[in-house]
Amino acid sequence: MIWDNAFAISIIPMLLKGLWVTIQLTLLGTLIAAVLGLVAAVIRRLNIPVVSPLVSFMVIFIRGTPLLIQAYVAFFVLPIYGISFNAFTTGVVIIGINYSAYMAEVYRSGIQGVSVGQWEAATALSLPTVRTWCRVILPQAVRTVIPMLGNYLIQMFKDSAVLSAITVVELMATAQSIGTSTYRYLEPLTMAGALFLLVSYPASRLVNKLERRYAPKQ
Amino acid sequence: MHPSNDPGSADAGRPDAPLPGGPRTDRITGLPTGSAPIVAGGPIVAFDNVSKNWGDNQVLKALNFNVNPGEKVSIIGPSGSGKTTILRILMTLESPTEGQVHVDGDVLWNVKHGDKIRETKVMRATRRKIGMVFQGFNLFPHMTALENIIEAPVHVLGMNKAEARDRAAELLQLVGLGAHMNHTPPQLSGGQQQRVAIARALAMRPKVLLFDEPTSALDPELIGEVLNVIRNLANSTDMTMLMVTHEMRFAEEISDRVVMFDHGSAVESGPPEQIFKNPQEERTRAFLQAVLKH
Repeated sequence: MIWDNAFAISIIPMLLKGLWVTIQLTLLGTLIAAVLGLVAAVIRRLNIPVVSPLVSFMVIFIRGTPLLIQAYVAFFVLPIYGISFNAFTTGVVIIGINYSAYMAEVYRSGIQGVSVGQWEAATALSLPTVRTWCRVILPQAVRTVIPMLGNYLIQMFKDSAVLSAITVVELMATAQSIGTSTYRYLEPLTMAGALFLLVSYPASRLVNKLERRYAPKQ
Repeated sequence: MHPSNDPGSADAGRPDAPLPGGPRTDRITGLPTGSAPIVAGGPIVAFDNVSKNWGDNQVLKALNFNVNPGEKVSIIGPSGSGKTTILRILMTLESPTEGQVHVDGDVLWNVKHGDKIRETKVMRATRRKIGMVFQGFNLFPHMTALENIIEAPVHVLGMNKAEARDRAAELLQLVGLGAHMNHTPPQLSGGQQQRVAIARALAMRPKVLLFDEPTSALDPELIGEVLNVIRNLANSTDMTMLMVTHEMRFAEEISDRVVMFDHGSAVESGPPEQIFKNPQEERTRAFLQAVLKH
């Protein structure tokens, strides 16, 4: 198969449309993951009977099964029980929940990294628990894990291609559908890969910058 | 550096007179002054048969220990003698294995052997009467000095923000850091951080202030400025102060009473002249000889 320049240029608008869907998936998914992950990390740390072990189990369960299977179940099996959303919504929620399990671990390391002295100072000042978490512990914990969260965002950006399997028309699915309808796979797949790189490379550089900026001060 | 010599201190010439008609109160503790600190009624801190075990290691052995209102008490002794544990139990950072602790007549701890430890409402209320200055300062590094100080008065005592700010500014001047209000801890030296930490503890108007080796983490040249602040406090307030320290000369100078701890018990307790000049117990003598030699 020989590279056809004219064909490659002609499919750019379609691919860009797919890329935009991928970016939306990633941003919304990251938002869900960042919030759910934080909630999960705090609940685990609070050691609430029944609730904390349940959250721990869910984290292990989600991390222990492939994203593809979770997406399949959510999109093809849950509708049998009357729970159904469109492909995009399902994709965002599933990838968000999936990544929240990983982010919960990241937050946990951040929370553990806050020195015991901070908790003790909060106790000595009689700060209420909620205030201690929101104003003392989490601002310090989250700050140190921002670069790691950034890395997960980039990983999610690439992983979202998996959601093409449940008919979300993102960048990967767009490239494949161009291939099936024109019998030319070289250009769409190569260019889709290039577009992934075009976004993820600068993003990685940005994360590196964040890493330096948020490195713990000695 | 003497705090009142700080050029940033506008407080130096400030008349100490209260507002007309208002009762005369101590500027630092907020408690009435002029009256004798010791009121009828018992000690402000009372340990009754308090034991603390870490596994097989008995850190405190059925300790009975009282502190009178307004008293400045220094606790000395070798490391591992349980002296810091006393402060940590008072601040509820650790629980006793057994025994009772009362503060200002209220129960802080009432533990029988084998009891499950949980934080109670009474404990939380009693805890507010106590403040603590830590060896490692433990300031909140992401907040300015001022924010560190107003955090608890605003969110625990319900003080309005403007009032809390005014008071925090006053306290910062008291510790000689009036010009450093908007600095964050990483921008301050260890000695400055510890002085902010003292101001933060004072902002809660504690009746009892605990100092856990307040100068042990400091470079030698920064110890003096912190000791000066503590000395001024000791000389100017009716607040009860309880200090664990290795600064023997300082303890001798500011304390009403010095208590020597060893192996989880108070070995000897008395006025500083007795402990440092004429110790009655062999273990006190041996300890002082060891630490004062160099």
